[in-house]
Amino acid sequence: MSYQLSEDVTKEIDRWTARFPEGRQRSAVLSSLHAVQHENNGYLTVEQMNAVAEYLELPTIQVYEVATFYSMFQTQEVGRHEVSICTNISCMLRGADDIVAHVENKLAIKLGESTPDGRIFLRREEECVAACCGAPVMMVDHKYHENLTNEQVDEILDRLV
Amino acid sequence: MAYQQNLVCFNTFAADEPWSLATYEEHDGYQTWRKVLAGKLSPEKIIEEIKDSGLRGRGGAGFPTGLKWSFMPRDADIQKYLVCNSDESEPGTCHDREILRYNPHSLIEGMAIASYAMGVTVAYNYIRGEFLDEPVPRFEAALEEAYAAGLLGKNIQSSGIDFDLYTFVGAGAYICGEETALLESLEGKQGRPRFKPPFPANFGLYGKPTTINNTQSLASVPTIMRKGAAWFAALGPEGSGGTALFSVSGHVEKPGNYELPMGIPFKDLLDDICGGVLGGRQLKAVIPGGSSCRVLPAEIIMNCTMDYNSLQQAGSSFGTGAVVVMDETTCMVNMLRRIARFYMAESCGQCTPCREGTGWLYRMLTRITEGRGEVADLDKLVDVANKIEGHTICALGDAAAWPVQSFLQHFHHEFEYMIHNSGRSIVADAIEAAA
Repeated sequence: MSYQLSEDVTKEIDRWTARFPEGRQRSAVLSSLHAVQHENNGYLTVEQMNAVAEYLELPTIQVYEVATFYSMFQTQEVGRHEVSICTNISCMLRGADDIVAHVENKLAIKLGESTPDGRIFLRREEECVAACCGAPVMMVDHKYHENLTNEQVDEILDRLV
Repeated sequence: MAYQQNLVCFNTFAADEPWSLATYEEHDGYQTWRKVLAGKLSPEKIIEEIKDSGLRGRGGAGFPTGLKWSFMPRDADIQKYLVCNSDESEPGTCHDREILRYNPHSLIEGMAIASYAMGVTVAYNYIRGEFLDEPVPRFEAALEEAYAAGLLGKNIQSSGIDFDLYTFVGAGAYICGEETALLESLEGKQGRPRFKPPFPANFGLYGKPTTINNTQSLASVPTIMRKGAAWFAALGPEGSGGTALFSVSGHVEKPGNYELPMGIPFKDLLDDICGGVLGGRQLKAVIPGGSSCRVLPAEIIMNCTMDYNSLQQAGSSFGTGAVVVMDETTCMVNMLRRIARFYMAESCGQCTPCREGTGWLYRMLTRITEGRGEVADLDKLVDVANKIEGHTICALGDAAAWPVQSFLQHFHHEFEYMIHNSGRSIVADAIEAAA
């Protein structure tokens, strides 16, 4: 079944293609996927990727290869709130592993998994998220939370519906 | 000793709304760009000034910025591009995020000046995807302000100068910080570094002449042009002109982003600026410029000054100015294992030594931390690292090798101890014994 991109999404895609030279609409693939994924609660389906390819007049493979290369795109169903705890060196030195253990324990899932109720996706973050002076850090739906304690983590996660 | 802070990229930071156009102009912002628009500054003069200032690329490689600009075929009658690398992702580095959030106009003006100097009319600022929520909207808002004020666009203020600047947003890939991978990503492809030559100055974005500069390098340009090359150069020692943004993280009392003159002694940075080692503990080691730089033990770094020459002579490098401080409680084996996992995860996979080697490094280190290591593994680790180094298209391979070589060079005994003691850390055992 084919998927129809929403008007909001096509408007967003148009806003991006306008930034690139004529015929270079492929440059808009990343931002198009961001827009579709945002509207679809955090992940991409094959039908949606096909729709992006069709809208940008590109072979579908050019969209798939981007969706699978970049870590911010999910190609399988995940929980609707994305939680990424930075575990890279600066955060590790300031207790990130304890934060991960606390969250895994609290949510009863491991990194890379979603809660069974579909509320939270606990993404495995390999990169440094570039907020090292506020370590330990986590991102919740792209918003940065710095200088975390377990109590603050609880408060932030409990607010997510 | 007291050091002057926030002289260049952070010079608006004390204001209430440091990111606004009004604040930027109160700090003499857009003066140079207005001079350009008034026809009072030639491209040659700009490039000369940047060369004389001693500004070197702050993204990690330290290549002289003015020299890089001079490689562009400035007068060729074809489209040329400037791309700003705001894909800040070298572990430990977080100061470009501050520029984007708190002084975005310095970057916009820097890009405008640079573009004019190189005959560029279209530029992109490639911002990492994780910055979607705050730095991206802040930069976009500043762009809107600049357009509304008639500072950007076509035939700006009837000067005959065209300059359009657009934001681009990435999607999570460390490799895109490598300049040709960044160009691939900007073209909407997977971020795989290109074989060089041809270099971007000849064959860059969409096959057109392109220069890629780091955020901090470009944001330094307006102040250099305003205060002069000599002023900037004199802030630092020979070979390391100007100020640098230090992201100090890890085991210090006051982690933070500090803009300081190049050449500040490390011990002053640690004790006077950052309040010393966390909890008054002993310093063990420092990675001076992001995880891709070689680690230095306390006794070496304490005698270094924070500039290109001193850190190179000490066996490491200035890198991105990301100073990761480790105290005596740090297990160097676990630290290296985390670093190795990062490079394994972020290798793009196109060069065999890097794709396979980074996995080998991580698996061998995991074996050691799980108590299954053998003494022969230590030579094998260095051997694999040596086989990656210099045998890949881009510098990610080298960046994966250097930590392994340097951690084993300086902290060999910690690895040996763990191998001989079923995976127990020398640090954990020492703490236990003391308790």
